[in-house]
Amino acid sequence: MERISIDPITRLEGHGKIDIFLDDEGNVANSYFQIPELRGFERFCVGRQVEEIPILTNRICGVCPEAHHMAGAKAVDAVYHVDPPRTAKMLRELLYSAFFVADHTTHFYALAGPDFVMGPDAPVAERNILGVIHKVGLEIGGKVIQARKFGHLVIEMIGGRKVHPCTSIPGGLTKGITEEQRQEIEQMGRWAVEFGQFSLKLFEDIVLKNSTYLDLILGDIYTHRTHYIGLVDENNKVNFYDGKVSVVDPEGNRLGKYAPNEYTEWIAEHVEPWTYLKFPYLKKVGWKGFVDGKESGVYIATPLSRLNAADGMATPRAQEEYEKFYKTLGGKPVHQRLATHWARLIELLYAAERWVELATDPEITSDNFRTIPTEKPTEGVGIVEAPRGTLTHHYWTDERGIATQVNLIVGTTNNYAALQMSTNKAARALIKGGKVNEGILNMVEMAFRAYDPCFGCATHSLPGQMPLEITIRDKSGNPIHVLNQNL
Amino acid sequence: MTTNGKPKFAMYWAASCGGCEIAVLNIHEKILDVDANFDVVFWPVAMDAKYKDVEAMEDGSILLTLFNGAIRNEENEHIAKLLRKKSKILVAFGSCANEGCMPALANLTPIDEIVETVYSTISTDNPQNIHPQASYQAPEGELTIPKLFPIVRTLDQVVDVDYYMPGCPPESHQIAAVIDLVIQVLQGKAELPPKGSVIGAGPSTVCDECTRKRGLKTIREFKRIQDVQIDPEICLLEQGILCSGPATRSGCKALCPAAGSPCIGCYGPAEGVLDYGARLLTAVASVIDSNDPEEIQKIIEGIPDPAGMFYRFNLAGSLLRASKPAWDIK
Repeated sequence: MERISIDPITRLEGHGKIDIFLDDEGNVANSYFQIPELRGFERFCVGRQVEEIPILTNRICGVCPEAHHMAGAKAVDAVYHVDPPRTAKMLRELLYSAFFVADHTTHFYALAGPDFVMGPDAPVAERNILGVIHKVGLEIGGKVIQARKFGHLVIEMIGGRKVHPCTSIPGGLTKGITEEQRQEIEQMGRWAVEFGQFSLKLFEDIVLKNSTYLDLILGDIYTHRTHYIGLVDENNKVNFYDGKVSVVDPEGNRLGKYAPNEYTEWIAEHVEPWTYLKFPYLKKVGWKGFVDGKESGVYIATPLSRLNAADGMATPRAQEEYEKFYKTLGGKPVHQRLATHWARLIELLYAAERWVELATDPEITSDNFRTIPTEKPTEGVGIVEAPRGTLTHHYWTDERGIATQVNLIVGTTNNYAALQMSTNKAARALIKGGKVNEGILNMVEMAFRAYDPCFGCATHSLPGQMPLEITIRDKSGNPIHVLNQNL
Repeated sequence: MTTNGKPKFAMYWAASCGGCEIAVLNIHEKILDVDANFDVVFWPVAMDAKYKDVEAMEDGSILLTLFNGAIRNEENEHIAKLLRKKSKILVAFGSCANEGCMPALANLTPIDEIVETVYSTISTDNPQNIHPQASYQAPEGELTIPKLFPIVRTLDQVVDVDYYMPGCPPESHQIAAVIDLVIQVLQGKAELPPKGSVIGAGPSTVCDECTRKRGLKTIREFKRIQDVQIDPEICLLEQGILCSGPATRSGCKALCPAAGSPCIGCYGPAEGVLDYGARLLTAVASVIDSNDPEEIQKIIEGIPDPAGMFYRFNLAGSLLRASKPAWDIK
């Protein structure tokens, strides 16, 4: 059987690896998307003082340590049965909103944007952030840098550091913010709202007004009819920091909502012997393999799934965009994975609006930013939405607050089965009669990028771009053709 | 030695979180100086270059390689050896490459126990107790994934290292200063420090950079941070909170203590310290205000996880390196 290996540039980098096997006709028989690394946080966090774990788990991923710090903070609140004061919750959510603006900005402009701005067929050398800046103007490049910079300034003001924040503890935070800082944060937030609107306008002008791109988004190759999950507030509006996880089926019916401490009733993880990463699925529907549809427990957790799983956005401008999104794409739920980029920008605008709401709350500068726990620690679950998916931290302790067991279901991991399916679908659509061309790289690449996969989080291996190499092998395993490209 | 006359630069991540890469991006416009002065030949996060391109380079043809991440598996070791061969100057960049960082706490546990834990958690549906295999025979052919080593190692436990740049991650202002220095060296305006030096950090301790007020350091009780009403101005150790400042190298501007959170030791051992944990243990022991063995015992019980608190970042780089059960299967 002929084999095609899509491998990281080095094959020894630990990024991810795809093997595609062809049948005798040269069509795709099967494909395997492998994750080659494991660090084992679930084991070495055991034995630690539990209040350390929100700091330890930051090191799962240096791209989204804020998400791990927040999920960890909520888990240790629950372990100590302590409800932090309103100011503490708002400060955490404010940090988190600023983080979402910075992170979604990086993804859209540096990673995904080039496909649309430069076009999927543009030369590889131009399909990067520098190409985007060249085409749309230096001014936009400046705005992108500004959005990242402002986000990290807020993270540092509240979290103590730009990377790996350290201020969340059981019951709240180690510090609050001053009125002077609040004013600065508010000002940056107002700029971020404008930037969010600007980004959506840019998306409309470049993508939605271009029928070729719109056809690409709506085409079948990037469509999977799966279940969707996402955190919602009490009004079923999208929320990144708090609430219950809403689960909807491929027809858009809500199967239910679960509180953090109910997650094991809803989510289970399947194991395969050929990869270090597990495959989460909806327990109530069951694991039916790598297939979509109502009978399959495969779900996704992305900006698109959060919009599909919610009834709307909690801020006015983002709500307008939410309505336009579904009107344009033909109602809920939207299954087309490339629409995730649009959904991501709507979330960016929501995060910016929420940033201003929180920064202008009269209680945000209050000194009441923590509650000292009084109860004995036991067990607790914390859930937040990481940019790349629902993030679950679950800790158990002894009576001294020493961790005895730890379970983590991390952002990108939620999407692993869907990523495997998307690869398969793209490969099947594009490899016929043993013929492969450069096009498959772009297409597979775009299928992946919609999920914004971060394998730093998922596997505790490496985040960021994923360089791929496709090796086509004959039946004896000898390479006969090599293609490669950065993902 | 170069295609465009500029010296070659590489950055690589082994077993790491990517925070080092983010810290480099956070030098903002300074990144343009790197571009102006170097030919960036290999940097997976930022550009498209191939492993075989590196392999094809002449030995020693990369002037400067910043290597972050620890050595957890076969892949990490392979790339470390390759980049050592191809680089004139190899810098261990960030805590993982320098001392193992938090993932090296895995060295307290045998690797098969770690694997068993991960594939049997409460949410894992694994009735047949499947563990991933380095080589697996799928119906269509063999699938391989890299083998995990029994323990996490630091970069210099695998290859010769020229300079050490600590931090989790290194602070951006320190990265910018090191880049400036290297550019000055290239222009003949400065000299490189002696091989083996720690760069991008200070020589003293975090306490020396900390603005909190210190009095007579004596304590009769260690407290967990969640139990303390934290005074915003007084030394955290004096408040009974275990702070790693006394043993930790300066260079970060004492960011965490300034935010009301104790130093966790991410800049590694201060100058001249052979074993970080032993130094911190000594520093902590010296502030205990008692001569009564029973009372001392009670005070020490206030630190229920000494391995995690004293070797949070430094286990792989310490004299201990790993616990006995983790060593034994090596």
